[in-house]
Amino acid sequence: MTLTLAVPAAPGRSTFRFDLSLPILLGFSVALCLLILLPLSWLVYYSLHDRAGGFTLANFAQLVTDPTFLDPLVTTLILAISSATICCLVAAPMGWLVARTDMPLRRTIRALVTASFVTPPFLGAVAWELLAAPNSGLLNKIFRAVTGAESDEYLFNIYSLPGLIFVISCYTFPYVFVLVANALDRIPGDLEDASSILGGGAWTTARRVTVPLALPAVLAGALIAFLQAMTLFGSPAILALPAGFHTMTTKIWSLFQYPPKPELAAAASLPLLVLTVALLRAEAFVLGRRSYAVVGGRQGDPRRVPLGRWKWVALGAAFLVLLNPVFLPYGALLNAAFSQVASEFVWFDNVTLHNIDFVFFELSATGLAFRNTLILCTSAATIGTVMAVVIAYITSRRVVAWHKALGFLATAPVAVPGIVLGVGLFLTYTRPPFVLYGTLWILLIAFITIALPAAYQQLQSAFRVVNPDLEEASRILGATRLGTLGRITAPLLRTSVIATWCFIFIGVIRELSAAIMLFTSETKVISVLIFDLNESGDLGAIAVLGIIMLVFTFAVVILINRIPGFGGVRLRNT
Amino acid sequence: MPDGKFSRRTILKASGIAAVSAFASPIRAAAPEPTAVTPALIEAARNEGKVVYYTSIDLPVAEPIAKAFEAKYPGIAVRVERTGAERVFQRIGQEYASNIHAVDVVNSSDAAHFIVWKRDGLLVPFVPEDVAKHYPAEQKDPDGLFAAFRASLSVIGYNTRLVKPENAPKSFADLLDPKWAGKIVKAHPGYSGTILTATYQMSRDIGWGFFEKLAKQRVMQVQSAADPPKKLGLGERAIMADGNEYVLFQIKEAGGPVEVVYPTEGTPLIVSPNAVFNAAPNPNAARLFQCFCFSPECQDLVVNRGGMRSFHAQIKDKPGRRPLSDIKLMKEDAAAVEKLSEEIKAHYTKIFRV
Repeated sequence: MTLTLAVPAAPGRSTFRFDLSLPILLGFSVALCLLILLPLSWLVYYSLHDRAGGFTLANFAQLVTDPTFLDPLVTTLILAISSATICCLVAAPMGWLVARTDMPLRRTIRALVTASFVTPPFLGAVAWELLAAPNSGLLNKIFRAVTGAESDEYLFNIYSLPGLIFVISCYTFPYVFVLVANALDRIPGDLEDASSILGGGAWTTARRVTVPLALPAVLAGALIAFLQAMTLFGSPAILALPAGFHTMTTKIWSLFQYPPKPELAAAASLPLLVLTVALLRAEAFVLGRRSYAVVGGRQGDPRRVPLGRWKWVALGAAFLVLLNPVFLPYGALLNAAFSQVASEFVWFDNVTLHNIDFVFFELSATGLAFRNTLILCTSAATIGTVMAVVIAYITSRRVVAWHKALGFLATAPVAVPGIVLGVGLFLTYTRPPFVLYGTLWILLIAFITIALPAAYQQLQSAFRVVNPDLEEASRILGATRLGTLGRITAPLLRTSVIATWCFIFIGVIRELSAAIMLFTSETKVISVLIFDLNESGDLGAIAVLGIIMLVFTFAVVILINRIPGFGGVRLRNT
Repeated sequence: MPDGKFSRRTILKASGIAAVSAFASPIRAAAPEPTAVTPALIEAARNEGKVVYYTSIDLPVAEPIAKAFEAKYPGIAVRVERTGAERVFQRIGQEYASNIHAVDVVNSSDAAHFIVWKRDGLLVPFVPEDVAKHYPAEQKDPDGLFAAFRASLSVIGYNTRLVKPENAPKSFADLLDPKWAGKIVKAHPGYSGTILTATYQMSRDIGWGFFEKLAKQRVMQVQSAADPPKKLGLGERAIMADGNEYVLFQIKEAGGPVEVVYPTEGTPLIVSPNAVFNAAPNPNAARLFQCFCFSPECQDLVVNRGGMRSFHAQIKDKPGRRPLSDIKLMKEDAAAVEKLSEEIKAHYTKIFRV
């Protein structure tokens, strides 16, 4: 070995360097195919077969004729459309305020949106139970105390479709906000300056320059919000079931309760898949052939619109919005953590440490669940980010002929409710050659698959605005594809890459729907533990676990922000 | 079954609950010799160092049981894996199908599960000394595979701040009064073994028609039988149509504003056995834990702190709670539940839509 190395390379051969990039990229493509196609194939197979293994269309026939399937489908569509609309109406103006105006406390607002983003939706749903359950909800209690209303009158009923739409919107709007704010951050001021110099007023500049440049982000945000609302499991399970209605995800989940009916569940999940594909096509069509390469070698700072006196109104509105996903729910959780009865306000005479004592010293699942969660978060974030960078690179630079198919594959899991993916994975990995059930591996695969679409979309839209001429320069000067990706493209996208890592990390902490299908007693994670506790009504314990979870998440976000070398990078995306 | 009604049967007093079908398998050899806790067993259990307990007991009772065991036998950690009995059953089925043997000892509030596990040969014959000496024959399997660890009732309850005692419902029929619309909470038989058992007994004795009318009362549908009492405690709903008596006792005795009602039609009785699995990963710790579960020490905890009922001859009901012998009970029939379980769940889902 040493000998071989000691021999200097022949001068004639030094110009030949074998580029490993293509085989490695191909390897990634194959891995991605396996990761996503395998469970999806099992789903399709199951949906087309009866219990005995014979081919049948009966599952689909039942789907379109049985009202117990049609009602949840309609409910889910109403839910997803309403949530996506509310998210865009609230988040796009907020994103603009923060990115392009002189509104005060912009960083604080971003940090607070981060807070609502990292709040797991199921935790938010439990918190809103504490706040707005019709009789025991704290807000309704205040309402009755103030107005002197009867004991069964209420202002809010969270156990209802509007209640569910509200809670889902609270924890979905950050997706739109982040995409819009990031896009507006990246639009260089000189484009707008050019517009002004050429005589365009503020309104014309906004209409002709800013809005069109931000539009892809708004659309992408609306799409993600729609898909999030459609595939979310925890919040509907917590809020819709007590009200006596199903969404598609809870319906599919209920089909896996004993006795399980995987073939029906598989059939029920395919319409969601089709719908998502259609939406992705629509997005591509709307964005059309417009080019959005705005980050080049030179860049001017964004220009801020002066709001004058209105900036205080804007700030007030922003805080009012953030009351719902952050201040009120966190307050309710803190209150429940220290109270004997979760629906009563804590005061000096009834404060208790019982819940904390219970979680740490009695609940035997706590330690294990935290350990499992930590392992899974870190590994899924690291592996997932690397995969997302490589795939986004392949698709945006069209490295291979079938890059479009690859892009579709990376986005496809977003259409599969986590619970269904969970079953697909369950079917795939309980039989040879890959027996992974009962290990953390199956959860890791699930989490990476689930995180990939968002991670990929985020990096892809980041790639889209990086002008390829910088990479081309590097390639012309002799660098390999991977070398260029590592030395030129990735550093340019550093913010997005770090953000994606956090994105996945936080996504994994929040993940419940696949985990609930795949966990065993040895591989329980915190989200599942919290869901278990909700089903038995142990709200105090949930509050304690939820607060620990949030503190833990915030610590990670802050830590990543402080890593030396990343000092100048503000973590906008999370 | 769907629209029919079970013929009404004689309802037995607690003293003669007797002849629970699950316990009355006529065939096969007698149970193995009872096992006492010996230093050798403790040593062997300590070498294993842990025991995994799959149970449907509400966590605030299950965890103290685990802690009491850990205090008595230092060096053996108990991991409580708690969920609804129907989930416990599914979980074990799923894990065993994948050749994962994680469970040591199981407790389920659906006694029918033990019929299935016994038939599948999953349980180990093991009789703790206390079971042999102090438990009535009808509360243990003749082959020594399982015994009744605890019993409880599924009762009606109300919040005393929201409902005056004289206005409280006295019977299941009273729950159908329009004045309770939107004020009732109930648990789910797809999750809870207690509720599945109760739903079977009620559909048999008072008919499915009751549930069809109840569904029109806009009930709040929760999962665990432990949750309706907690929702009453919070003041979220005024009335519970079903749920655990033992959690109501706990809340009431801690000063919470709740009261128990034993319906005039009869109260569903739920017996929850304990068993050790054949393929238990910690076989000695499992046996030691099983012995502990039936000891007077643990049974006292189950009754006094937990609010449940014990069949241990030395354990007396806590003063202030109505003894089983004074309550009109519906007859338990695990064998029938085993046969009808899927049908009951399907029919229930059709009526209540979730």
